[in-house]
Amino acid sequence: MSVKPLARELRASLAFIERNFNLTKRYWKWEVVFFLYTIANSITMGFIGKGVEAFSGTPVDTNYLILYMLIGSILWGYLSILFEIVAETVAWERWEETIEYTFMAPVRRSTHLLSTCGYAILYGLLRSVVILGIVSFFFDLNLAGANFISAVGILFVASFSFIGLGVVAAILPLISPEKGVQVVHIFQALLLMFSGVYYEIDVLPVWMQNVAKLSPATYALRGMRASILEGQNFSSQWSNIWPLILMGAVLLPAGLKIFSIMEKWAKRKGVLKRSG
Amino acid sequence: MAIAIHAKNIVKKFKKNKKIVTALKGIDIDIYEGEIYGLLGPNGSGKSTFIRIASTLLFPDEGEIEIFDHDVRKHPKYVQEIMNRVSVEASFFRKLSAYENLFYSAGIHGISKKEAFNKIESLIDKVGLDRKRLKDPLEDFSRGMQQKVAIARAFMTDPKILLLDEPTTGLDPRAKKDVQKLILDLRARTKATILLTTHDMNEAEKLCDRVSIIHNGRIMITGHPQELKRKLVNKISNPTFEDVFIEFTGLSFEDAEYGKSSKEVVSA
Ligand SMILES: Nc1ncnc2c1ncn2[C@@H]1O[C@H](COP(=O)(O)OP(=O)(O)OP(=O)(O)O)[C@@H](O)[C@H]1O
Ligand SMILES: [Mg+2]
Repeated sequence: MSVKPLARELRASLAFIERNFNLTKRYWKWEVVFFLYTIANSITMGFIGKGVEAFSGTPVDTNYLILYMLIGSILWGYLSILFEIVAETVAWERWEETIEYTFMAPVRRSTHLLSTCGYAILYGLLRSVVILGIVSFFFDLNLAGANFISAVGILFVASFSFIGLGVVAAILPLISPEKGVQVVHIFQALLLMFSGVYYEIDVLPVWMQNVAKLSPATYALRGMRASILEGQNFSSQWSNIWPLILMGAVLLPAGLKIFSIMEKWAKRKGVLKRSG
Repeated sequence: MAIAIHAKNIVKKFKKNKKIVTALKGIDIDIYEGEIYGLLGPNGSGKSTFIRIASTLLFPDEGEIEIFDHDVRKHPKYVQEIMNRVSVEASFFRKLSAYENLFYSAGIHGISKKEAFNKIESLIDKVGLDRKRLKDPLEDFSRGMQQKVAIARAFMTDPKILLLDEPTTGLDPRAKKDVQKLILDLRARTKATILLTTHDMNEAEKLCDRVSIIHNGRIMITGHPQELKRKLVNKISNPTFEDVFIEFTGLSFEDAEYGKSSKEVVSA
C-alpha cells in the first residue's frame, strides 16, 4: 500500500475507535449497569471460593480458591466485553440504521473490524483492571507469588483468538437480522460452559473435555491461573501458548475471510438492511 | 459528454417468506456527467433498490452497472470513493452529536480531522444548520435538521456522484427550498452527477434535467420534463408534471399485477 491509502485506512481506523468511545460515553448508564453486574458477579464468585471450606468441613487453601474463582470471573468478564463489542458491531449499526453508510464507505472491512476489536481490547482491559481493584477490597488476597508479566503475556496472545471468535460471531447478525444476536448469546453461554471458567475441565465428561480443547478460553484460563496462582513463567507455559497462537492464526484470518464472503451474500440477498 | 452511471438490464429479485418479489425487471439507465437525473415512481416501484445497487450495497441478479466505466461489483472501492448518498431515513448514531456523526463519517471516508472541520465550517451556513446545536445528540434534532446534517455528511466528501433518495420528504416548505437550492448549487459548483428520487413532482420538474418514470420495476418513459409534458397535450390541456406521473404510472400493461405487488409487498 502506498502512503496515501495507508493514511486513509489509519484515519478510518481512528474514526471507528473514536466512534465506539463516544458511544460508550453516551450510553454510560448501560455501561454502569453492566459494570455493577460484573462486579457483583465477581464478588459472588469470590465468596463461593471462600465458602468451600465450610461445605467440605476439611481445611482448604481458601486464598487459592478465591483467586481461582476471581480469575475465572474477571477473565470471563474481559472475554464477554470483547466478544460483545465485536459480535454486536453489525447488530448495533443495524439498530442505529447507520449500517448502510458504514458499509458504503471506502474502507477495508478488515480495518473496520480490527479497529472495533482494538477498541474492545482497550476497553475490556481497562474495565478488568478497575474490577480487579474494586473486588480486591472484599477479599484479603495474597498475590505475593503471582507472575503478572506472564499473565499479561497470556492475555495478549489469547486476545487474537478471542477477536477471531468475535469476528466469526459478528457474521451471525450480518446474515440474520432477526435471530443473529440471540445465536451469539447462545454461543457465548456454550463457551462459558465448555471452557472451565469456574472449574477444571477434567471434571467434565470426556466428550465435553474434547470440545473444551477447541476453545481458546480453556488455554487462556489455564495460563492465567498458572501465572497468578502458581507464579509460572510465560516461557514455561508453551502447552497453553501454542494452542492460543494456532487458534489466533486460524480464527482471525478465517473470521475476516468468512465475514467478507457473507457480506457479499448479504448484498445479494438484500439483508444488509430490510426496510426502505 | 461522459456517462457517469450506466445501467443495463438490471434485474433484482427478493425472496421474502418464500414469496419472490421482482423489484427491478430489467432497468436501462444512462446518466451523463453533471446531470441531475430524476427517478420517479410510486411506492415500491424499485427506486431505492436501484439506488442501493448503484451504491454497492446490493448486487443485481442480472445486468451490469458501471460508474465512470468501472463495474460497481468489481470495483466497489473506486465507486465508494467518489460517491455519497442521502436517504430518506436520516441514519445517524442517535445519541451522538452532529459533530461526532460528521467526524465519524469523514474519518471512514479517509478525510483528516482538520479537513473535516473546515468542510463542516463551510457547510454550516450553506446547509442552514444552527452552529450552537451541533454538539447536541442527533435524536434531539427535528427531522428537517437531521436531514440537513445528512446533506452536510454527503457534501462533505465532495462526491462526484450523489445519490439522493427522497432528500426532501418530510421537510417544511422553507427547508425543502433550502435543500433544493443546495442541490443546484452543488451541481453548479462541482459538476457532480446527481440521481434524485422524489414524490414531489414540482421538485422533479424544477431540478431534473431528465427523468425516468419507473413503475413496477420497469422504466415506463425517459425524457426532459417539458418533453414529457408535451407528450400529453393531445390528451390534457395544459398538462402538469403530476399529470405526466399519473399518466405513465397508470397505463401499465400489468395493471392487474400492480394492485397486488405494490400494495401487499410494500407492507410485507
Ligand atoms: N432488502 C429487501 N428485501 C426484500 N424486499 C425488498 C428489499 N428492498 C426492497 N424490497 C422490495 O422491493 C420492492 C421495491 O422497493 P423499493 O424500496 O425499491 O421501492 P421504492 O420505489 O423506493 O418505494 P418508496 O417510494 O416507497 O421508497 C418493494 O416491493 C420492496 O418491498
Ligand atoms: Mg424508496
